Amino acid sequence: MSEYAEKIRGIAKKLLDDGTVDMVIGFRKGTMPLINEPCFVKDAAKVDALIWDSSCGVNLANYLPKRKEKIGVVAKGCDSRNIVTHIVENQITREQLYIIGVPCTGMVDRRKVRLAVGKEILSVSEADGKITVTGDGYEEVLDKQEMLQDNCAICVHRNPVISDEVIADPVEEQTDVDRYADVKAVEAMAPEARWNHFEQLLDGCIRCYACRNACPLCYCPTCFVDESQPQWVGKSVDKTDTRTFHFLRAYHCAGRCTDCGACERACPVGIPVRQFTKKLEKDCKELFDWEAGMSLDVRPPLDTYRPEDPDEFIK
Amino acid sequence: MRVIKIDKKDWESGVGKLSGDYSLYGPVKQGAFHNFAPLEKGQMPDLDYVNTRMSPKSVVYPQCETMFEYTLDENQPDHHVNKEIPKDYSPRAILGIRPCDVKAIDLVNINFDNPEYQDPWWVQRRAALTTVALACNNPCSTCFCTSAGTGPFDDSSADVLLADMGDYYLAKVMTEKGEALVGKAGFDQDGSAEAGAIDDAAKAAEAKITSKIETDKLGDKVTTELYDADFWEDVAFACINCGTCTYLCPTCWCFDIQDEVQGTDGCRMRNWDTCMSALFTKHGTGHNPRPNKTARVRQRFMHKLKYYVDKYENGIACVGCGRCVQQCPVNIDIRRVCDLMNRFEPGKECA
Repeated sequence: MSEYAEKIRGIAKKLLDDGTVDMVIGFRKGTMPLINEPCFVKDAAKVDALIWDSSCGVNLANYLPKRKEKIGVVAKGCDSRNIVTHIVENQITREQLYIIGVPCTGMVDRRKVRLAVGKEILSVSEADGKITVTGDGYEEVLDKQEMLQDNCAICVHRNPVISDEVIADPVEEQTDVDRYADVKAVEAMAPEARWNHFEQLLDGCIRCYACRNACPLCYCPTCFVDESQPQWVGKSVDKTDTRTFHFLRAYHCAGRCTDCGACERACPVGIPVRQFTKKLEKDCKELFDWEAGMSLDVRPPLDTYRPEDPDEFIK
Repeated sequence: MRVIKIDKKDWESGVGKLSGDYSLYGPVKQGAFHNFAPLEKGQMPDLDYVNTRMSPKSVVYPQCETMFEYTLDENQPDHHVNKEIPKDYSPRAILGIRPCDVKAIDLVNINFDNPEYQDPWWVQRRAALTTVALACNNPCSTCFCTSAGTGPFDDSSADVLLADMGDYYLAKVMTEKGEALVGKAGFDQDGSAEAGAIDDAAKAAEAKITSKIETDKLGDKVTTELYDADFWEDVAFACINCGTCTYLCPTCWCFDIQDEVQGTDGCRMRNWDTCMSALFTKHGTGHNPRPNKTARVRQRFMHKLKYYVDKYENGIACVGCGRCVQQCPVNIDIRRVCDLMNRFEPGKECA
């Protein structure tokens, strides 16, 4: 992974030196194991702050909408798909961006690692698909593949779909994954069980909106839950209001969600928020053969009409 | 203050005796983490935990609380009159709260109970509260309580402080409320002969805290210079304004008042608010004096580490519990920001 960081620093330095970009957005080393902090570098002399490892999960596309600068941005597969979405949705222009593509082998879920070792983690290193975790009086070696975020474990677009420069050879895409096993399990439930399933998911929600704010798609100037004239949704942890927020947010992501996992990673109380968006993602795949963020040249299915669009649901 | 000894084999029966006199709260496992929750009759607090995900402030200060109700039905004689909702102020006790979290309740008290304002619901609920704190023998790597005005064995705010000695607890009974609780539990074995062991354990625990912040220069900084410091854009860049830090924080006290009406029935409630939200400061005119995330992030840190320091001369508005450090989805770390603020000198680059 350190060669990735070296490569990113080299490109960042070149871009800043020759004025191709005003800033490079990437990651700097976190203050704790298993999480790094998104940052920007504007000074070529400071590119050594940029790093890369399997704790760079935050989707950097989230930092692009409405920016005016010329930006170099480090992009994994999912980040690149959200960048495509941003360009298609006019949140930033292609000309503003220099996309530094990073072939990705998945990001580690820090909470999964914490649960697996059951103890406080003081340092982490990774090599050859293994993660070595150390703490007070212990060292444990884990398989990275088993510690991936749930969305990374089933990701089939690990290589950037758009870039100006890629820092390494493409990684092999996963082909033997069932992307929708969890959705199928919910689809198979009787209505009452399904209702209970979603009720349980939402049980601990504290309405902090971390899922919304972490999501690159949620860039509305004023979110519907923040509207006050009129106010559409109550602000307490009332069950109906909480459901309304989650369900409407999910629908707003239909045909746009890349399953990057930002929502789930951000939730402070561990709600598997992707359960709300994945069914819609699956429907878009099945009904429109659509995966979000794969091309700059095709309009998303929900903002265009084609005569051959499926209409079996119209009775 | 006196020291008593509680054999662990007597702990459960003692706690059992309390349930008639107190509503009990304690740490319970909820999925992958612990939170404070009401204990059912016979349920024991799970004291095998390091830190809860949410702070226990909701026991005194619920996230959502209805204050008044009213009717808009003009056929009713009392229409449009706010009527206070009756509340439960019967005795409640938190078992196993951490010393930093009890300290935080004292800190928030400055906001809700002072010569100028007394918040009736906070004041009465706090008066009804007895805290049985559990000292930390094994603090986390993100705990920085000893440099935030408290510590793993801080007994200055709790009614009772328990120190886990293996087969038994040594308990410092600090207040009359604490005496009442241990009396009802039937804990009365003298532990004064072993009191020194608590000090030894405290020193050992404090020595394990390697994470420290420096706050000594914050008070002397010129507020406007700190406000205009060059590091805020860098500090705030990663922030997604989610408010996780404020919701998990034991010392964040801000709230929002909302009216909710269905038909002609209305209620007025208050909910925790967060300075990370744009709505927090949005005026009725549409103007927003904190129009972007950098302004909002700066506000959070300036409030905790400068405005509070200057206003109350009581240290910082942080007890070093580390929740915001651990749960921030983008790794914004108050320890790093505090360091930047404390070291700040105008004109010198420090980001």
